Amino acid sequence: MQTLSLIAGYLTSDIRMATPILLAGLGLLLINRSGLLNIGAEGTMLIATLIAVVGSFYGGSVWIGLLCAIALGALVGLLFAFLTVTLKANQVVVGAAINTLGSGLSATLYRVIFGVATDIQRIDTFQNLNIPLLSDIPFLGTAFFQHMPIVYIAFLLVPVISYFLFKTQSGLNLRAVGENPKVADTLGINVYRVQYTAAVVGSMIIAAGGAFLSTGLLKFFSEEMVSGRGFIALAAVIFGRYKPSGVMVAALIFMAGNVAANILQVAGSNIPYNFLTMIPYVLTVIALAAFAKSATAPASLGVPYKRG
Amino acid sequence: MGMKKTDTVISSAKTQAVLKQMLVSVSAIIVSLLLGMGLIALMGINPLTAFSALLQGAFGSVNAFSETMVKMTPLLFTGMSYGLANRCGLTNLGMEGQLYMGALASTAVGIYATGLPPAIHVPLCLMAGFLGGGLWCLLAGWLKVRFGASEIITTVMLNTIAINFIEFMVNGPMIEPPGINCQTSPVQASAQLGKLIPDTRVHLGFVIALAFIALFWLFLWRSKKGYEVRVSGFNMQAAAYSGINTNHNILLITFLAGGLAGLAGCCEILGIQIRMIPSISPGYGFDGIAVSLIGMNTPVGTIVGALLFGAFRAGGNRMQMKAKVPNAIVSVMQAFVIIAVVASQMLLEKWNEKQLKNQKQEA
Repeated sequence: MQTLSLIAGYLTSDIRMATPILLAGLGLLLINRSGLLNIGAEGTMLIATLIAVVGSFYGGSVWIGLLCAIALGALVGLLFAFLTVTLKANQVVVGAAINTLGSGLSATLYRVIFGVATDIQRIDTFQNLNIPLLSDIPFLGTAFFQHMPIVYIAFLLVPVISYFLFKTQSGLNLRAVGENPKVADTLGINVYRVQYTAAVVGSMIIAAGGAFLSTGLLKFFSEEMVSGRGFIALAAVIFGRYKPSGVMVAALIFMAGNVAANILQVAGSNIPYNFLTMIPYVLTVIALAAFAKSATAPASLGVPYKRG
Repeated sequence: MGMKKTDTVISSAKTQAVLKQMLVSVSAIIVSLLLGMGLIALMGINPLTAFSALLQGAFGSVNAFSETMVKMTPLLFTGMSYGLANRCGLTNLGMEGQLYMGALASTAVGIYATGLPPAIHVPLCLMAGFLGGGLWCLLAGWLKVRFGASEIITTVMLNTIAINFIEFMVNGPMIEPPGINCQTSPVQASAQLGKLIPDTRVHLGFVIALAFIALFWLFLWRSKKGYEVRVSGFNMQAAAYSGINTNHNILLITFLAGGLAGLAGCCEILGIQIRMIPSISPGYGFDGIAVSLIGMNTPVGTIVGALLFGAFRAGGNRMQMKAKVPNAIVSVMQAFVIIAVVASQMLLEKWNEKQLKNQKQEA
């Protein structure tokens, strides 16, 4: 019985830790599937972590914070799309710029808004929402049905985005643009509009991941708090072979290593923490090598499309 | 006679294009500086006070300018690293990791090789730094050639792997006895780079970086291999058809580009830190992208880009102290610069195309 509750606790924290990665990964997936390569998730999330805290601080509700972060995500997506779709600038360079911008802007605004005082302001944060009846089931209830609302939303997004991508016409259009924009164009699909929409909606979901980080997983903003999660999300998309369910599995596997590392560290184990942190990245490099030939990535990923 | 005339026409067209490009870059930088000033004004701080503090901190005295040179040194290397790969049509985003690997390798040689005269020890450390970064990046090149894995993503992933590996090494096998602080022992005195200006922090690494800028130019524009590389950069497939061994070039260039980034870390160790610590780079690797972008992958341009961002970094501290503008605003301005430069470059291209179309219609 005790082992069971230990495992349940382990699963709970794995799911909670995986949520920001999952959200960012799903957002990136949409963007990637439209043929845009965005390495700027880290920066997008960083701005979102701050804006969510600011929104919650002034608005008095964590939901206002989330909405502010998502709105800001839309702006970042718009900027990315304008530069890469309309101006056809190098997507990697723009992504890198967004990362620098996110890191600088979040730190600057934080000091301007909250000052350099070290005392942490109390803000409204996400609380656990136990699902009636389901959360009372032993083991399963604690592991899966005692989470913050945004966790449920993130995991529900998996089938939703899956359905959208593979069962709807718009989803097919999006994938067509990512595979072969020229053909998509001749079929009458507005390539630019699809890419703009993907970049904006995708960045909104990425921003939600950032918001959850600072108002759910943790309870306030700190500089560079995303600490590589944007890149882990990128890894999750590749390791998950550009499928929503794959991204989910990847996020859970990646974070399981992290949770295990935390537990081992507390337990005073000798296994170096750093090697466990490396796991997602090593797995992704291996996956990249193994999958490269089977072409799981959208064929036109990263290639700007020029009409006519 | 006729030949000569076309030659001059071509070269003047070329100069014109370069001039146009420079004009665009400079105005992009000015626009982003103005944006930065606007942001500072929004904070309720006088932007002129802030900027004069920044300029003073970067150029105001021998000491200030030497700090700018200190910050320039790694940026010159990482800027060249990105530029070299880019010239070959590759995207190296792993400069940060390569910098760390180069730093670690040179630290190891600097600590454990004893009893050598500086004339041997320093070059040995530089070679180790080059090898450390080069082999780390070569791994990405090999994965691309052998399996077709995109180097854009593998280099990003290899960054975190490298940084974690260094944290492990510095905390474990290479920790300074008796193992209290998370750092290695200092490198031998014979491995340290001498100071360029007495009583400042600027070291010989700056001169080494400039020497590599010259090598960078010689290789790309004065050697057969460099020509091949540039052709591959324009069109990898066409280069392969014309008999250039592109796979071989990818391996060579990833090794060289990684080596350059490795030297950034190496010089930082031998000239500034003296020992390996887990946070040796405040993002010099990713800054290399911006440096190379402003410099349009050219030797002189890279120096200009490194000077700009080096001055930002050196002056930012003073701006924070004197004008109470958070140091992080420097990152914001860097991002503005990158965005403004790419945006204006693309606008210029669009404008050129339009002109070409108009000319065609007239003819």
